[in-house]
Amino acid sequence: MDAVIENLPTFLEGFRNTLALLGIAGVGALLLGLIVAGLRISPVGSFRGFATVYTEIIRNTPLTLVLFFCAVLLPYLNYQPGYFTLAAIGLTVYTSPFIAEALRSGVNGVHVGQAEAARSIGLTFGQTLSFIVMPQAVRMVIPPLINVLIALTKNTSVAGAFFVFELFGAARKVTNVRGDEVLAILLAVAAFYLLITVSLGVIAARVEKKVAVLR
Amino acid sequence: MTSVLYDAPGPKAIIRSRVISVIGAVVIIGGLVWLILALGAPKVSANGAVQPGLWDASRWDVFSDVQVWRTLGQGAVNTLRMAAVAAAFALVLGIVFSFARSSETKWVRIPATIVLEFVRGMPVLLMMLFMLLVFSTGSFWAGVAALAVYNGAIIGEALRAGIASLPRGQREAGLSIGLTPISTRFRIEFPQAFRQMLPIIIAQLVVLLKDTSLAFVVGYGELLRTGANLTNFFGSRYAFSFFFVVLAIYLTMNLLLSWAARIIARRTGAKAGGVTLTPDEDSDLDGAPGLVGAGGPTPGQGR
Repeated sequence: MDAVIENLPTFLEGFRNTLALLGIAGVGALLLGLIVAGLRISPVGSFRGFATVYTEIIRNTPLTLVLFFCAVLLPYLNYQPGYFTLAAIGLTVYTSPFIAEALRSGVNGVHVGQAEAARSIGLTFGQTLSFIVMPQAVRMVIPPLINVLIALTKNTSVAGAFFVFELFGAARKVTNVRGDEVLAILLAVAAFYLLITVSLGVIAARVEKKVAVLR
Repeated sequence: MTSVLYDAPGPKAIIRSRVISVIGAVVIIGGLVWLILALGAPKVSANGAVQPGLWDASRWDVFSDVQVWRTLGQGAVNTLRMAAVAAAFALVLGIVFSFARSSETKWVRIPATIVLEFVRGMPVLLMMLFMLLVFSTGSFWAGVAALAVYNGAIIGEALRAGIASLPRGQREAGLSIGLTPISTRFRIEFPQAFRQMLPIIIAQLVVLLKDTSLAFVVGYGELLRTGANLTNFFGSRYAFSFFFVVLAIYLTMNLLLSWAARIIARRTGAKAGGVTLTPDEDSDLDGAPGLVGAGGPTPGQGR
């Protein structure tokens, strides 16, 4: 146990970096995912095709490969903004199609009858979207979005293998020094991860209960 | 494309959307061509040495060597072997977890719930490190164990949701004809739940195959590690070439499996009523045909 207490500053630094990665990559992936989702449902065929291919390729590429590309191969192309930025870029790109799919399924999940009813009482395209479709879609989208963020939290650990000092990196460093207390150290790191994922899960459950619409 | 959001497009709107589509295609293809050319252009580094472009033959000549392909093939086999072993264990664990989680005795149910929540909130990579250091297994078994436990927990949750979504009458009917509770679960409820959840389970197995690449970090000689080793052996000149080949192999494997999953989902999963569980992150099966008909009529996840 004393190995954990001694190294608490190391863990806290790792925890801060994990949170920073989560925040930056989360916001970046939301923006990129919004764009991809927009392309994916746009009436323009070529945009739709591009977004579909992008989604399929990224989703079927393992995260390790994406981060390997960012951390090891991008520097060869004389692009060296530091490993933290590179990992944030990789996580953003990797997460964006999942966000896009969550958004798209939310819009698709609104019952067709809702829009038909809105159109039939004479609302315009803009009114239909802003008064009828979007309010329902946003509610349906929040729980799956939080699920994507939980997955992202766990995925930040892979960045630890590519020279970023976050929680997983901290675990590796401390276990290297204190081989005698591996169990306690790893449980402590797990507790930090659970702190994030469980609280996100609680938020998701609460939001889901609060905004649930009868369909 | 039909959509109730707009009025049906007239001749002008149809022409306009065609024009935008063509312009968009030209822009996208132009961007890709520019990217390919930019990557292919020779680079002059700071000390004046000229590096050949990425598509230059001198970066790809290693692939005429059969031994290179054999090594890569070995890496791919290692990846598939880890995925297969882990998938088998994950299915068994998933069944055990689902029974423990929906057990009648709370001495089984509550600890099982806690363990499952714990496992599902942990990164797979941390679990691999855990197995490697605490049980000092080899890197292969560390990877298999972590993948099996993590994916087993998710498959277990899916099965439990499947059992919970069955009509009560199924269980009651089983009990009333004199089957024991365990026998009812095995012979009546479980087969139905398993069928209903098959699409989710297979989608999770695609995730498992993707996640085998995490074993790269604990030093298992899977596909990516093989590529990295080959790069070390032949020199960094070939780094991109090996990466692209490894990426292509991964994409082929994963896309084939996703495609199979989609076909099975279309065959079996069409009527999964009232089930709102999506696989961990890769809910590949498109939503129900909705407002914006881009998705196509693939079976719904019932979100």
